[in-house]
Amino acid sequence: MLEINHLRKTFGRLVAVDDVSFTLQGGQLLGLLGPNGAGKTTTVSMIAGIVTPDSGDVLIAGRALSGDTDPAKRRIGLVPQDLALYEELTACDNLRFFGALYNLAGGALDRAIGAALELVELADRRNDRVKDFSGGMKRRLNLAAGLLHDPDILLLDEPTVGVDPQSRNAIFDNLEVLKRRGKALLYTTHYMEEAERLADRIVVIDHGRVIADDTLAGLQSRVAAAGSPPANLEAVFLTLTGRSLRD
Amino acid sequence: MPLIPLTAMVRKDLQLFFTDRRAVIMSFAVPIAIASFFGSIFSGPGGNAEPARIAVIVVDQDESTISQAVVAGLEQDRNLKVSRTAVDDARDRVRRGRASAAILIPKGFGDAAGLAFFSGQEKPALDVLFDPSHSMEVAMVRGILTEHVMQAVSAEMFGGRRGGELVDQTLAGLDSTSMPENRRKQLRDMLGAVHNFYRQPDRSAGGTGLRGGLTMPYTVREEAMTAGTNIAYNGYAHSFAGMGIQFLLFAMANLGIEILLERQRGLWKRLRSAPVSRLSLLAGKTVSGTIISLMTLFVSFGFAMIVFGVRIQGSLVGFLAVSTACALMAATFGLLVAAVGRTPASARGVTTLAVLMMVMLGGAWVPTFIFPAWLQQATLVVPARWAVDGLDAMTWRGIGVRGAIAPTLVLLGFAALFAGIASMRFRWEEA
Repeated sequence: MLEINHLRKTFGRLVAVDDVSFTLQGGQLLGLLGPNGAGKTTTVSMIAGIVTPDSGDVLIAGRALSGDTDPAKRRIGLVPQDLALYEELTACDNLRFFGALYNLAGGALDRAIGAALELVELADRRNDRVKDFSGGMKRRLNLAAGLLHDPDILLLDEPTVGVDPQSRNAIFDNLEVLKRRGKALLYTTHYMEEAERLADRIVVIDHGRVIADDTLAGLQSRVAAAGSPPANLEAVFLTLTGRSLRD
Repeated sequence: MPLIPLTAMVRKDLQLFFTDRRAVIMSFAVPIAIASFFGSIFSGPGGNAEPARIAVIVVDQDESTISQAVVAGLEQDRNLKVSRTAVDDARDRVRRGRASAAILIPKGFGDAAGLAFFSGQEKPALDVLFDPSHSMEVAMVRGILTEHVMQAVSAEMFGGRRGGELVDQTLAGLDSTSMPENRRKQLRDMLGAVHNFYRQPDRSAGGTGLRGGLTMPYTVREEAMTAGTNIAYNGYAHSFAGMGIQFLLFAMANLGIEILLERQRGLWKRLRSAPVSRLSLLAGKTVSGTIISLMTLFVSFGFAMIVFGVRIQGSLVGFLAVSTACALMAATFGLLVAAVGRTPASARGVTTLAVLMMVMLGGAWVPTFIFPAWLQQATLVVPARWAVDGLDAMTWRGIGVRGAIAPTLVLLGFAALFAGIASMRFRWEEA
């Protein structure tokens, strides 16, 4: 479904992403982990088509994205790290606007809005302004806005930052539903327990480079001492990326 | 360009604008309030009527025939509002700004002026105390005073009783002057003729001669060049044009800052990840900005028409053309702010200064004719100048559609320039 080949991006002298490659299939959730500044968000931005790679390819179903208006962009849904919502508008008006960007209109747009709000359990708050929502509700609406056009690939950039356990759990449930529907999910996070719970495969990235690409069990086996119980993902992560601070 | 995303972007911007009470007040209520204030100042006493009179104090310490005639002349002058008081009070009132100037006529002024009139003897001084913040008015007062003093002194010297005595006194004292003999003889002949003039039998029967004194050898016919002969100048038309443009520029600068805020909040990541072209994104902002700008202008002018009787005396088509071009220019100015601004806070400071400079130089606050000549030419590079001039032409000046062509084209040129720079400088990458 999604194939990333040798992506590279620099900002001046800073090499943000360097030769990153991985693949993602439908019905699979790939956890993209890395310390602060590792290049996760830049990688997601290049896949979403909002940052142009210096080199490398992003292939959607075997085809490279070509330009801002490439129809293949409809197959990608982005859930940004920021709460990318208009606080003064209602939940429905936000979704109406974001849906229209994908050329949805009329009954099709109404149905898409209804389905997305149902999924994130905000149907009864559709006419409330976003500024009156709790942090968790905003996060769920942020997710709904990325789903409106029914994308095959969903890019989730730290979608649970700052939410309470109940909302986080609800988001996880939503993602499980989407995975069962055959969506390909790329999920960046700092929370290791989230990746442990959700990810079918984990890619660890550091200093812009992929340093591991495996299942959780595969990663655990890399760092486990012979005869000892498997390490948790956090231990694996620290072993791979080191303990030095990344401010 | 797909219409569904474009329409959605415009609708969303309008929704956001109308949900922001502060933006609505700033765009509609504030320009109306300020334009009403400026309009009341610049409209004068009404229509094409006389200008406001200059407040002048006269202190007559002489109380001679001549000084009383000078005061009477000043009091009857339509440009002055004369009051009389004592010296100390006059000084105090000028210092406090209650009067533009005070004219002090010292004791002995009348006789001294009469004697100096023919013989060039020492000329008496008239003291004019003035408020330095009214220097233009003081120049007018000086001219008016000259006219009335000349008229009063000459009238007395050629026809008054005291004037006759002064002529005799001058004749008697001629031999003691240091004047060359030939000049002294010429003056004696002239004064002798004046002396004889006084003794003519018809003098007391209302003969004309110079009894009225030296007067201005011409009169002025004034005609205010407005849209028509019976159409009064309406100062509100200019003030509403100026303030309308000022606040639509502020509104559009705010639109640019909103784009920077949208970027800061990650909203542009969503916009850019959708299959929408860069042209569509900029066009959406331009269209919504143009609509908001036009609403600002039309609401302002609508109010001015209903309340202050402002009329489009020129061409309605021309007015719409200038307004639309002005709104488009302002909307693209907003894009420029978004393109060159680094952060919302820094952009806000710089654009406030830029807008204030633009409207000040554009004649939105005070008419450009009071600028120095070089500045009047220099301000032709300021879009607000063309906008104000264009709207003035279509309203109170009453110039036809041809008068709208140049402002419209120039404003569209500025819009194209701003849009071009904005599209080149816009940061499209959302890392």
